Amino acid sequence: MKPAALVIALLLLVAVPFWVGNSFYVNIAAQILIYAVLALGLNVLVGYAGLVTLGHAALFGVAAYAGATLINAGHGPVVVAIGALGATLIATAIFAVLALRGTGLGFVMITVALGQIAWGIAYRWISLTNGDNGISINTRPAPFGLSLASANAFYWATLVVFLITVGAMAIFVASPFGAALCGMRDQPRRMTALGYNVWLTRFLAFLFSGFWSGVAGLLYLYYNQFISPQTVALSASAEALLMVIAGGTATLLGPIVGAGLVIIMKDVASAYIERWNFVLGAIFVLIVVFMPEGLVPGVARVWRRRR
Amino acid sequence: MNALEINDLNKAFGGLRVTSSVSLAVAPGERRLIIGPNGAGKTTLFNLITGELRADSGRITLFGRNLIGLPARQRAHLGLARTYQIITLFPRETLAHNVTLSLLGLSPLRWNPLLRLNAQHDLWHKARSTLASVGLGHLADRPVAETSYGERRRVEIAMALVQDPKVLLLDEPFAGLSVDERRDVLALLTAIPRDVTVVMIEHDMDVALEFAERITVLHFGCVVVEGTRAEVVQHPRTREIYLVE
Amino acid sequence: MNLWLILAVNSVTLGGLLFLLSAGFSLIFGLMRIPNLTHGSMFMLGAYLGVTCIALGLGFWTSALLAGLGVALFGAVIERFVLRRLVGAELAQVLVTLGLSFMVADVCLMQWGGDPIAVDTPPLLRGAAKIFGLAFPMYRLGIIVIACVIAIALWLLLERTRLGAMIRAAVDDPQMARVVGIRVSHLFTIVFALGAGLAGFAGVIGGPILSVYPGLDQDMLPLALVVVILGGTGRLLGSLVGSFVVGFLYNFGQAMFPELAYVVLFLPMLIVLVVRPQGLFGRVPL
Repeated sequence: MKPAALVIALLLLVAVPFWVGNSFYVNIAAQILIYAVLALGLNVLVGYAGLVTLGHAALFGVAAYAGATLINAGHGPVVVAIGALGATLIATAIFAVLALRGTGLGFVMITVALGQIAWGIAYRWISLTNGDNGISINTRPAPFGLSLASANAFYWATLVVFLITVGAMAIFVASPFGAALCGMRDQPRRMTALGYNVWLTRFLAFLFSGFWSGVAGLLYLYYNQFISPQTVALSASAEALLMVIAGGTATLLGPIVGAGLVIIMKDVASAYIERWNFVLGAIFVLIVVFMPEGLVPGVARVWRRRR
Repeated sequence: MNALEINDLNKAFGGLRVTSSVSLAVAPGERRLIIGPNGAGKTTLFNLITGELRADSGRITLFGRNLIGLPARQRAHLGLARTYQIITLFPRETLAHNVTLSLLGLSPLRWNPLLRLNAQHDLWHKARSTLASVGLGHLADRPVAETSYGERRRVEIAMALVQDPKVLLLDEPFAGLSVDERRDVLALLTAIPRDVTVVMIEHDMDVALEFAERITVLHFGCVVVEGTRAEVVQHPRTREIYLVE
Repeated sequence: MNLWLILAVNSVTLGGLLFLLSAGFSLIFGLMRIPNLTHGSMFMLGAYLGVTCIALGLGFWTSALLAGLGVALFGAVIERFVLRRLVGAELAQVLVTLGLSFMVADVCLMQWGGDPIAVDTPPLLRGAAKIFGLAFPMYRLGIIVIACVIAIALWLLLERTRLGAMIRAAVDDPQMARVVGIRVSHLFTIVFALGAGLAGFAGVIGGPILSVYPGLDQDMLPLALVVVILGGTGRLLGSLVGSFVVGFLYNFGQAMFPELAYVVLFLPMLIVLVVRPQGLFGRVPL
């Protein structure tokens, strides 16, 4: 993106609480940013590594549940963050070692199984997760003493995390490691013959992906003040995948747009269109059939043809 | 010490023996041609050497270094490079990016998630000069998808050469090329310096014969004839195999 | 002891129901190489259609058949007009089935509302049978019989008819099947419709036990996945054995390890995927 466009986008994002209206919409914006972080993390696997996963909500959930447990045990935000993200990394490592035994469809199925095991634990291991009743918290961190209780304040804090995520992704994608990962997506056999360690590269990329999903999960916990097994269900992983595929996997903007689309459909359009789930599914089907590269590249392509 | 030495190599898939007690030795700097009818096990032999296939028994050494048991990726680091019969490039990327990716495979930078790949000028410079040496310097910034088949064959070779290999395995480098393109590739291959040992598989005889110093003939996974070009061409067994086919 | 016996019978019943659900899934996966993520929604759609038919005064069994046919038709339409456009792009097909499941689920919600709907046991199978001095609901035993009947019917179809031979050939080697003149794309439509229809039929059959509610699809789909992974794709025997294994794992897991019930269920699936990707019986590696 051109620098001028970036600056404008940044200014618009910072100014959201002022031009968007009421706190309901500010909250929506915060949600979009949280899920954009999740989608960007997921895209490391789906778009760059070429490994489609339907179990990512589990990693999101591990961070949220670990965070909630630590918060309710009385720990401060730094310990909570380290604990939640640490737990996510451990879970991600386990996921990665098992899932990387398969490729393509096998990989997907293993992630489904792992996601379902995580959901099953969240739903049934009541002594650990409180089951269907979920876990509530009633704090938000107060970095440098600034309260995040208001919608605006929380939005800005989320924006900071979001921008850090985008920065990390931009660096990752432009790096030799990122290029190697993309190469393995296209020609894994060749890359091995060229001297790359395909398994280890993918494993590390998986950890990177899981980490940001954990960040999103922790943010979600602070935003929602509540976590339940529904967040870890197969449908949640499917929605995350939808965000990535709909927006397009080849750009950084794609997952962000995709997250925006899904959240707006769910929380805003649902007030006007009763059948938003249907529309969401329909959009997904249409995109996969007619614009398989996703909205961002697809729209860009159509735009270029019009000129 | 031989550049590449294979002793009694065996590989079978179920009941089918694809490589049968194959032994051969390639001297440093030599130009060896491996020929044989379809299904003779030539590409399988390459796959065994690079480690993409695991041998059932036998020894493979590269300048005295044992390769058996070593994973494929580590063999690349020992100076082994290959091209493929079916072109396996990265179609969405430019030629320069393809060759740089090849060079990166041997560099510790491949683990680095922080630096900018585009800022690694040493890598890009070497990639571009290798592309120039195969006559593709002017297309360095063209995506692979927009190049011709003949050009892609040369990119394959560039990707192998850029790693400064000690032993270069070429799998049917002339396949599908026009007469003129074959001349160009032959010139390219002839210009490879002598510190690179070249082993080539070919099906197309006329151009390959000009290149070869020694020839090994495979048939049903076994070595049936071996010797200098002159010896092999005149050998009755060679004619027998090719006439029957 | 009685508890175990009751659990065992319930497990066999659940196994029978799961077989009806997963046989179609397994065939589709085996033939078309795609896990049909719409399968749970088809089960639910069939159940809802059955509810409507019953409400219109048609008998239980007629409704079950009609629902099965309705969903089969729906499946044929999906395959012909959506999936066929994406031949070769298996991942895209999987994603499309995912999107379709969202759509079907929402249509059901719109049409039949958000409250669970109970389905009455058909008059023929009301009451209980006394076996070994214990009372077992007749309907649960009935499901086992139905599952066996369908299993035999499917077996006959696959092993004794020309269509079945073509299906088996195409599952083993689709390229070769095309070469010998089998219209593989037609087979795809037929098998997809058959699988969908079975799922829809199963939805009605399961009605008296599970009732019908939004979210039924998301409850059933993972179970079908486990059955097929454990039992292998494209193999009838595998689906049968897998279904009963899952039935037992589910019920005994809930009873013995309530906190780890789903772990008990999905851990074997995970183990099989990691160790033996083609399932315990199957022949289509993932």
